Amino acid sequence: MNFRYLPMTEEDRREMLDVLGLDSVDQLFQDIPENIRFKGRLDIPEPMPEPVLTRHMKRLAGSNASFDRYTSFLGAGTYEHYIPSVVNHVISRSEFYTAYTPYQPEISQGELQAIFEFQSMICELTGMEVANSSMYDGATALAEAAGVASAATRKRKILVSRAVHPEARAILTTQAKGLGLEVVEITCKDGVTDLEELESAGDAATAAVIIQSPNFFGNVEDLARVEQIAHARRGLLIVSTNPVALGLLKPPGEYGADIVVGDAQPMGIPAQFGGPHCGFFAVTRKLMRKVPGRIVGQTRDEDGVRGFVLTLQAREQHIRREKATSNICSNQALNALAAAVWMTALGKQGLRELARLNLNKAHYARKRLSQVPGVTPLFDRPFFNEFALRLDRPVPEVNQRLLQGNIIGGYDLARDYPEWENAMLVAVTDMRTKEEIDGLARILEGWA
Amino acid sequence: MSEAKALIFEMSKPGRIAHSLPESDVPETELSDAIPEEMLRTSPAELPEVSELDLIRHYTELSRRNHGIDNGFYPLGSCTMKYNPKIHEDVARYPGFAQIHPYQPEETVQGALQLMYELQNDLAEITGMDRVTLQPAAGAQGEWTGLMMIQAYHESRGETGRNKVIVPDSAHGTNPASATVAGFEAVTVKSNSEGLVSVEDLKQVVGEDTAALMLTNPNTLGLFEKDIKEIADIVHEAGGLLYYDGANANAILGKSRPGDMGFDVVHLNLHKTFTTPHGGGGPGSGPVGVKDVLVPFLPTPLVEKGDEGYYFNYDFPRTIGRVKGFHGNFGMLVRAYTYIRTMGPDGLRQVSEDAVLNANYLMKRLEPHFDLPFPQVCKHEFVLSGNRQKKLGVRTLDMAKRLLDFGIHPPTVYFPLIVEECMMIEPTETESKETLDRFVDVMIRIAKEAEEDPETVQEAPHHTPVKRLDEVTAARKPVLRWESD
Repeated sequence: MNFRYLPMTEEDRREMLDVLGLDSVDQLFQDIPENIRFKGRLDIPEPMPEPVLTRHMKRLAGSNASFDRYTSFLGAGTYEHYIPSVVNHVISRSEFYTAYTPYQPEISQGELQAIFEFQSMICELTGMEVANSSMYDGATALAEAAGVASAATRKRKILVSRAVHPEARAILTTQAKGLGLEVVEITCKDGVTDLEELESAGDAATAAVIIQSPNFFGNVEDLARVEQIAHARRGLLIVSTNPVALGLLKPPGEYGADIVVGDAQPMGIPAQFGGPHCGFFAVTRKLMRKVPGRIVGQTRDEDGVRGFVLTLQAREQHIRREKATSNICSNQALNALAAAVWMTALGKQGLRELARLNLNKAHYARKRLSQVPGVTPLFDRPFFNEFALRLDRPVPEVNQRLLQGNIIGGYDLARDYPEWENAMLVAVTDMRTKEEIDGLARILEGWA
Repeated sequence: MSEAKALIFEMSKPGRIAHSLPESDVPETELSDAIPEEMLRTSPAELPEVSELDLIRHYTELSRRNHGIDNGFYPLGSCTMKYNPKIHEDVARYPGFAQIHPYQPEETVQGALQLMYELQNDLAEITGMDRVTLQPAAGAQGEWTGLMMIQAYHESRGETGRNKVIVPDSAHGTNPASATVAGFEAVTVKSNSEGLVSVEDLKQVVGEDTAALMLTNPNTLGLFEKDIKEIADIVHEAGGLLYYDGANANAILGKSRPGDMGFDVVHLNLHKTFTTPHGGGGPGSGPVGVKDVLVPFLPTPLVEKGDEGYYFNYDFPRTIGRVKGFHGNFGMLVRAYTYIRTMGPDGLRQVSEDAVLNANYLMKRLEPHFDLPFPQVCKHEFVLSGNRQKKLGVRTLDMAKRLLDFGIHPPTVYFPLIVEECMMIEPTETESKETLDRFVDVMIRIAKEAEEDPETVQEAPHHTPVKRLDEVTAARKPVLRWESD
């Protein structure tokens, strides 16, 4: 069988072996000891020609309920927003997507400049002074932020709100073990972090307070008070946020946050079953040299022309590797590019308008759904595009019923918060129409 | 010669936009009713304001100032810059893969779960391991995940004193960094004169405090660690486990399996061996395979197949926990799966055979012109030293920059650290003999220039969008963002 990615002909192989003075390729594998040479044939499926493979992949894809066929009210950290066509066209330029990390700046100016622009946009959005080139996702960025806070303060106690995304807290717990951090969870009250508990849990050993706003329940947190609590104990304030919400909300930097993290997924990156997304990581200038991952900086070439390079490499694992506080190497560069294109497409006014649209739709939806008998809002707090409802029966049961109407229902909060049975987290983005929201309400009403 | 490109911010003009938003079809909510005023933004973020054509021209011009595999030869050692098939990009964008939510009910994502389940099994078979997690986002995260499992394993046996991870002096830089972040101390084992792990030195280093040995095989010199069985026995007898860094797995597909070599944990870089695109630095994907002894500690969930279809199994009470949000970089898994289905068992074996043949052919042809510190048969990559040229005043960095003038991405340079003026060359199997021959011609020309016209090399590159950049000033006086006036 011929393989279309393998250009060597038998004649090529023959000629090359002749140059090497060998008879067969097997002789190139004689250095693998006999007893560990794999002599069988890998037990994996036989190859498929492209047309057959395409059919197979379409069948697999087709058995998933995708947003083009279903109306989704799921959020909980991954959101469906409209992605302008230009985003996919730009990231499909193979000069971008088939390149490696820009280690040779002379032939990587495109990638480097695009990332420099991404960093600048993230700074603008978050109100921070420095942003890196990206992290794996928002959840791992949050865990890395805890590591940076511990290194910067030389303290080990991390206070994290239970209103932070449950998966981000889970990763933080995993990471804390390796880094030797003590993680203390702060409970919630009325859908936001219990600030009295935070106040009393914080002490001189506190390296950081981690808060998410809008939080996992969609509610906006009182960052001004959290900032006071964190800094009064000489700990850092780490804020995880939704970048689209920052079209309207005061940026964490203006509250005095030291580190701002989050996921750029809502900005032009498909949900794709949870990944790849794109973490962002922004800090104050004071913390600039402690940032994990890669940073692009501006400089000049020998002719004095402006150009860009990877910089602050002294922090990188390949230099002081035994003293590393992070091991991140590959990040999510192509998705950072997608987010940059998205932010450029929306622009200064567009982002604000989009955020406004999200807020309008979600507020309408909450009001409309609350009119359904047996449905009540779970919290009464300022929120952006996501809110929690209490239903009169278990969420999985409701969601099963909704599926029959081609609706993917919201997130079952009882999965992570046993105290909230029959509570559904509903996300309503710019993608949802009034008709779809009303349709959801009618199904719930018809069932009552 | 060189020319600057305007920043997107510098092209901005108030009032322009490259997107059209729909009108709101719901009653307007007063902003002040929804959010207290003190929590609102007072001035909008200074994002660029450009038209759609401005946007497209900007990014098209940027792309033309970038070199990818589709532009030309990219023999970057240990990075496996092979062709990234176009069908992968199409398939990953099918709505059934791109537009599904990680929290959808399992019965609505059976295709996605089947793909993950089969990929777990395929990767287990290819590596000779018992179970595979697809959660880690990249190779480095895979390393850390593996080490956290090793730590949990030792602790479960009451062995809390195992706090050292042994790493060869030729290892990838992420190895010791991952060990440190996982809470271990990294200790070095030396290479011998043949470029292999010194078994004698290993015997000195290994002990009751050994948690694991991390090893790349073939190693970063492109050499197969032929003593691997003995090495594995030494580490296992001391109570430690063996970690396989799969960065160089492109050399061994269907030829040898880490599981058979004695390794207990392995990570693969799907963006290397299984040709998901590097994307200019990610996203990658770093699945981790383990032997039975480590299965209880795997990150959760894992995909399993039951009577009623595929499902996520969270029931691993001794799991190390979660390492990455949701289900890993699923979009990359789709691409890797498509690749394995394209190649099949014989195709994957042919991949490694051709990759190894290409590397040996290049090594042989370049040998007369450059110092070759390890002349034995190599696997998928090999290292040259630029010492001969350095004596003429031309450094490896100069030769790397000179390659840019010929549209060729340089090899990995100055790594591994144990070879002076190192050039690490990995051609991959997707390059034709003609491409390899042209590379040889260019390398010979540069070697000749080093002798006859060193300035041409020292002052390279001559034909790139910008010339050599001042990295020292960039680091001393960092300018890390655009700022509005």
